[in-house]
Amino acid sequence: MPDPTPSTSRRDFLKLTWAFFGAAAAVETAGIFITYLQPRLAEGEFGSIINAGLVDDFPPNSVTHLTNGRFYIVRLADGGFLSIYHRCTHLGCTVPWDETQQKFICPCHSSEFDRQGLVTNPPAPRPLDLFKVSIVDGSVMVDTAVPIQRQSYETAQVIYP
Amino acid sequence: MTDELPPTPEPSIFERMRTRLTPDGVPSDDRGRMRMVVDSLILHLHPTKIPDRTLRWTYTWGLGGLAAVLMMVLALTGVVLLNNYTPAAPQAYLDILELNSNVWFGELMRNLHHWSANLLIIVAVLHLIRVFITGAYRPPRELNWLLGMLMLILVLASNFTGYLLPWDQLAYWAITVGTSIISYLPIIGNWLTRLILGGPEVGPNTLLNFYSMHIALIPLAIFGIMSYHFWRVRKDGGLSIPKSLDESESGAEIKLERLTTIPNLVQKELIYAIAWVAALLIFAMLVPAPLESIANPDLSPNPAKAPWYFMGLQEMLLHFHPLVGAILIPGLVILGIFLLPFFDLNPRNVGVYFRSRRGRALTLLAAGIALIATPAWVLLDEYLLDWTGWLPSWPSLISNGLIPLLVITIPLILLDDWVRKSFQADTEERVLFIATFIFTAFIILTITGIFFRGPGMALYLPWNMPTH
Repeated sequence: MPDPTPSTSRRDFLKLTWAFFGAAAAVETAGIFITYLQPRLAEGEFGSIINAGLVDDFPPNSVTHLTNGRFYIVRLADGGFLSIYHRCTHLGCTVPWDETQQKFICPCHSSEFDRQGLVTNPPAPRPLDLFKVSIVDGSVMVDTAVPIQRQSYETAQVIYP
Repeated sequence: MTDELPPTPEPSIFERMRTRLTPDGVPSDDRGRMRMVVDSLILHLHPTKIPDRTLRWTYTWGLGGLAAVLMMVLALTGVVLLNNYTPAAPQAYLDILELNSNVWFGELMRNLHHWSANLLIIVAVLHLIRVFITGAYRPPRELNWLLGMLMLILVLASNFTGYLLPWDQLAYWAITVGTSIISYLPIIGNWLTRLILGGPEVGPNTLLNFYSMHIALIPLAIFGIMSYHFWRVRKDGGLSIPKSLDESESGAEIKLERLTTIPNLVQKELIYAIAWVAALLIFAMLVPAPLESIANPDLSPNPAKAPWYFMGLQEMLLHFHPLVGAILIPGLVILGIFLLPFFDLNPRNVGVYFRSRRGRALTLLAAGIALIATPAWVLLDEYLLDWTGWLPSWPSLISNGLIPLLVITIPLILLDDWVRKSFQADTEERVLFIATFIFTAFIILTITGIFFRGPGMALYLPWNMPTH
């Protein structure tokens, strides 16, 4: 009488092999579909490096909205630059700058942010996102590819000409 | 060959077509009528005979059937709307204007589609409530409860994706706010939102993504699950049998009389469907679907509101950190609804509205407490509670999330304990109590969000609402 154990384990091995290749095929198929659906960005639009203008176009203590790039250029009193993404960190509404109250006030859920983009009134969970600023030949260049998330304000975020 | 019959005349081509298409009209005997149900593709969704009690109008309110009728209206109007629509920005908006002004019955088709879709959400939720209150989801009908919940989620998804298609301000910002909620999912949130939007924000790619989901993926899924849902109704032995409180308490055997489906059920269904379609037509002729100015990504309207059925969620966002208010609490509630038939499985009291006398009292009590507690809590949180102000150095997930979550869950646990001890409520009555409480609270939050929130999402009385 043959021992049943080896034949059982061979069957188990084949089952396991089938399961493995089946799972691999499922993962590959899902991967193909997800990759196919990945967003693509058009050149020169929001998402690329945008020339915001000359350094001298922005007086100290000013907030300028550049709607094409979806960002604000904030020039602090000491001449430093911040580029703030105009999208509210709460639920994505466009945050207008209120000149009289000197703060960003979101119309959707009344989050408020100061000049540096820090939350002064919730429900926003974190400060407004930043874009990378660089000064090239006297022009303010803003890289809108990746919004930089932050939890607090640090002087390293400010770029000086 | 001797007794020859007189030669029958050859039937005309019209006669042959008529007899083929409608064999003999509706048979006059029960047997023939039952045969007719079995032989028909559409009618055989029904059994040949049904218990007289399940025909009671006041048991089911015809809600499941009405949902199916609305699906048909939506499919038909949806397909013809495709002929006048381009899923591109800004052409989509111009197409809607054209549809409203220059296409024969264009506005009627859009209104019908819009109002049917909104009614479908209400009807689907009422259907779910009816099944819950009568305990009809208990074994053996658990699977159909799950399928129904899946369909409800798909109906919401269908409505939400359709909301963007007119490409007006209403659509743009409702979808911006709605999809931002997804980005709070831990780990995959940002990636998933980007995938759904087809970019960093709502734009032309989003319109195309939503269009393909709205016209193909979601309807196909709903059609598949709907067929399965119908089939399961029959496999589970038809509808649950309605019982009165007295019958349920005495435990007496209920004698069922079975009636043939034709004409008893079919006739009712037909009249019900025709009446609703007529009502929808009149409503669609009188009330136009909303359309605002063209989408403008630089200008968020004040207030920017989500679609009305998500206003309860948006109201939660005013009181909780989004991870708690829009993901954790709704996720747990939805999970709880899915699991209901697996812990409320007592086969007793199926078919009895509110389960028992104590059940009726507890339902009223739960609704009453929620009716007072929810507005009180909204007002308290709006004007007095300021967790982030009191605990400025704490992360807002704790100060604005976990602390208020505890503040509302602890009273709920105490309430449940009180009901269990003071009323000797058993599992099925406690489930009814908690569910009624949560549902009433959600409805009140939804009403608050729709009617009492004005500019800056501040609280206003509806008749004092400032207009811009």
